[in-house]
Amino acid sequence: MSRCAVLGTALVLLLAGCGGSADGDAAATPSDDPAGPSGTLTVFAAASLTDVFPDLGERLEADHPGLDVQFNFAGSSALATQITQGAPADVFASANGSQMAVVTDAGLAAGEPRVFAANVLQLAVPAGNPAGVTGLADLAREELAVALCAPQVPCGAAAEDVLAAAGVTAAPDTFEEDVRAALTKVELGEVDAALVYRTDVTAAGDAVEGIDVPEAEQAVNDYPVAVLADAPNPEAAAAFVELVRSEEGQQALEDAGFRVP
Amino acid sequence: MSLTAGVRVDRGPLTVELGLEVADGEVLAVLGPNGAGKSTLLRVLAGLLPPDDGRVAVGPDTWDDVPAGVHVPAHERPLGMVFQDHLLFPHLSVTDNVAFGLRTRGMRKPAARAAAREWLARVGIAELGDRRPGRLSGGQAQRAALARALVGQPALLLLDEPLSALDARTRLTVRAELRRHLADFPGSTVLVTHDPVDAMALADRVVVVEEGRVVQAGTPADVSRHPRTDYVARLVGLALLPGVGEGTTVHLDGGGRVAVAEETAGPVFVAVRPESVALWTSRPEGSPRNVWPARLVSATPHGSTVRCELDGEVPLVADVTATAFAELGLAPGTPVWASVKASDVAVYAR
Amino acid sequence: MGTVRRREPGVPLPLLVPAVLAVAFLVLPLAGLVVRAPWGELGSQLTGPAVGQALRLSLVSATAATGLSLVLGVPLAWVLARSRARGRSVLRALVTVPLVLPPVVGGVALFLVLGRQGIVGRWLDQALDVTIPFTTTAVVIAETFVAMPFLVISVEGALRAADARFEDAAATLGADRWTTFRRVTLPLVAPGIAAGAVLCWARALGEFGATITFAGNFPGTTQTMPLAVYLALQQDPDAAIVLSLVLLVVSVATLLLLRDRWLTRAVR
Repeated sequence: MSRCAVLGTALVLLLAGCGGSADGDAAATPSDDPAGPSGTLTVFAAASLTDVFPDLGERLEADHPGLDVQFNFAGSSALATQITQGAPADVFASANGSQMAVVTDAGLAAGEPRVFAANVLQLAVPAGNPAGVTGLADLAREELAVALCAPQVPCGAAAEDVLAAAGVTAAPDTFEEDVRAALTKVELGEVDAALVYRTDVTAAGDAVEGIDVPEAEQAVNDYPVAVLADAPNPEAAAAFVELVRSEEGQQALEDAGFRVP
Repeated sequence: MSLTAGVRVDRGPLTVELGLEVADGEVLAVLGPNGAGKSTLLRVLAGLLPPDDGRVAVGPDTWDDVPAGVHVPAHERPLGMVFQDHLLFPHLSVTDNVAFGLRTRGMRKPAARAAAREWLARVGIAELGDRRPGRLSGGQAQRAALARALVGQPALLLLDEPLSALDARTRLTVRAELRRHLADFPGSTVLVTHDPVDAMALADRVVVVEEGRVVQAGTPADVSRHPRTDYVARLVGLALLPGVGEGTTVHLDGGGRVAVAEETAGPVFVAVRPESVALWTSRPEGSPRNVWPARLVSATPHGSTVRCELDGEVPLVADVTATAFAELGLAPGTPVWASVKASDVAVYAR
Repeated sequence: MGTVRRREPGVPLPLLVPAVLAVAFLVLPLAGLVVRAPWGELGSQLTGPAVGQALRLSLVSATAATGLSLVLGVPLAWVLARSRARGRSVLRALVTVPLVLPPVVGGVALFLVLGRQGIVGRWLDQALDVTIPFTTTAVVIAETFVAMPFLVISVEGALRAADARFEDAAATLGADRWTTFRRVTLPLVAPGIAAGAVLCWARALGEFGATITFAGNFPGTTQTMPLAVYLALQQDPDAAIVLSLVLLVVSVATLLLLRDRWLTRAVR
C-alpha cells in the first residue's frame, strides 16, 4: 500500500513535471511574479489533516497560477517510512514529534521542524450520551462499552498517558487500530465512550458529542512541519509552510478542532 | 402384485403417453429408439418423476393417481432398479452397497450384511464383497447392482438398459444369468432396452415405443412376425429359437435341427435374421445345410421388401424383395422351402 | 486395454513461463519475510504471553468459524446445487457478496444487525441481556461471515460435479432425501467439502478487517494473530515479522497435516 502511494506520487510528479514545463512556456504572462512558486508541490501529511490541508492547497494554487499542489495523506509512521525510502516529497507534516524525528535523524529535513498545531484527546460519546458519561472516571465502569486506541498507535499512547495522569484504570472492551475505527464504533452507538482526538470529534459532526477532559493537557500532541532536504520544489514548499503558519492557516486549523500555538 | 400403469408425461416437445400391464412373474420389455420416452417411463414407475396425468398401481397399492392427487415418493415404493452404468455407491463396499436398501428400510447392520452376502453368492461374486465398486469389472458391477435391486424382495423390478454398458462377450454371459434370475423373480419386471436381442431373450412380452407412444405390443415372436412399422420390422425381425447345442448342431425345443458354424453345448438360442432366409418353390440343390419345408402363413410388405411369416418344423421369418415375392408367386398357404447358411445363424447361450 | 498414450515429457513453454512467474509472485514475499526475520530476537519475541494468547485465539476461532460454516454452509450449498426453487441465482449472488465486500464494511454491516443498536442485536441485548460485539463469539461470527462463502462455493461446485443419479439410485433403495444426503451425497462430495473447509479455515485464520471492526481488539478475547501483527507493525516491524512467521508456520503445518490425513484416506 505504501509502495503504491510512492509509485503513484512518482507518476504524478513525472506527469506534472512534463505538463508543467509545457505550461510554463505557453503561459508566461508578464504580469506574473517571475520569481513566484510554480510546478508541482508534493505534501506528505498526517491523515488527521485530511479535512484542512486540501483547502490550504487550493488557496496556495489560487495565489500562484502554475502551481499544482498534491497531497499524500497517510499515517505519520507510514509517511516517515516512505520518506526515508526516498519518496520525492517537498513537505512533511507529522502528527507527532517521534515520526518527525525519524526524518530529521536521517538528515532529510531542511532546517528545524516547526510546530504548527496541536491535538488533544477528548471523550467521544454517541449523540445524546446514553450512558451519561461525564469524565474519564466513567471509563472504569465495567458495564460501559469502552473503546481506546491500541497503545501501539499514537492516540493509544496518548490515552495511556492521560489515564495515568488521571489515576484512572480504564476497563476497555477493545483497543482500536486507529482513531477513526474507535470513532466509528461511537458513531454506530456500539460503544458508550471512546478517547479520541478533538479534531475527530469535530469531523464526525452531529453523530458524536465531545466531552473535554482536563487531564488531556498531560498529553498534548504537537504537529511539526518541515521542508525536506531533497525537496524537488523547495520554493513552493516554503510557501506552503508559511501559509500553514499564517493567520489564515491557523484559523483553518482551529476550525477543524486543532489547538494552535 | 401385478403392475398396471397408464401415464402421461409432458417432456417439452415430447409427450409420453403409455399404458402397460405386467403380471406377476412376467417380464415386459419396453423396446424403442433413444429419446422415445423409455427412460421417462421407468423414472415415472420408480417414483423419481411424477406423471402429469394417469395412474400407476402395483397389486392393491396405488403408487400414482394424478386425478386423486396420489404420489408415493420413490423411497416408499417397494421396488428394485438396475441402472445402465450400475450406479453402485463408490464410497461403500460391494456388500454395503447391496445391504444399503435393507438398512434404509430398518434392518440392522449384521442382518443386512448377511442377506447381502447371500445375494452376492447367488449372483456369483461372493468373494468380491469387501471390494470397492471401482475395483470391479463391468460384468461384476452389474451383477452386484442386480443383487442390490433384488435383495429387498421388491414387488417391481425395473431394469434400465442393464446390459448396454457391457462388452459383447460379457453381455452374453450376464444376459444368460439375468434370464435365470428373472425366471426366479416372483414380481413384475419392466426391462427398458434398445437392443432387440435383450428383449427377445429376456422378455415374455414386448412393447415397442416410438415418440412416446406404444406402436406395437405382443410376444417377441408376434412382434417379429407382424411388424407394424418399418422401425419395428428393422428392429425386431430376428427369429429367436430355443434349443440345445451339440457340436455344430442345435436341436430345437420345438423340433427340427439347425446347423451352426460354431461348436456349442447346452441350452442356447438360435437367432436368424429375416434377410438371411432364402425362399424357394422347390427344394434347393447344392450347399445350404439348413433347408426346411414350410408354409407361408402371412406376408406383410414394408419398404421395398415383404416380410413373410413361415410355419413348419422351424418357425422363421423371411424378408424377400417385392419383385422376388411376385416372381415366386407367393400367397398365404403356399408351400415353400426355406434355407439359411450355417454361417448366418447366430447362437447365444441361455 | 486400448493403446497406451505416451505423455510428452515436460511442460509446454507457454504454460511453464507463467507458472514459474506465478510461483515467484506468490513465494517471494514469503521468502522476504523469512529473510528479514530477526532470528536473533525470535526467542524473546515468541515467549511474550500475548503471542501464545493471540495464536490460541486465532486457531480456536478459525476452527469454530469453519465448524459453523460447515454446519450452515453445506446445507446452503445443497440448496443452491439441488433445489429447483426460483430465485436461486439471486440467492447465489447474495451469498457471494461477502467475497467482494471489503471486510471492514462487512464488520460495520454486522454491527447494523448484531450490534447493540442492530436490528437483531438490540433485541438480544434487551430481552436476553446478550451482547455480541467485543466478544470471542463476535470474532467467530465475523470470521464465519467472511469465510463461509468460500466453503459454500467449493461445496456447491462439488455437488454440481457429483452425479445426481446416485441420489436417484438411493431413492429406489428406500432412502428418503435426508438419508440420501447423509449416506450418499455427503460421502460423495467429501473431498470437495474438505477442500472448502480448508479454504474456509485459511481465510478465517487470516481474517482482519471484519474482526477488528465487529469484534474489536482485546488481548485474550478478540485479539487474533492478524490483529496482533497489524498493531505490532505500527511500532515494531520486527515483531510484526516474527508474528507473521508464526502464523505462517502454524497454518502451513496444520494444512499439511490435514492433507496427509484426508488425501491418504480419500474415496475412490
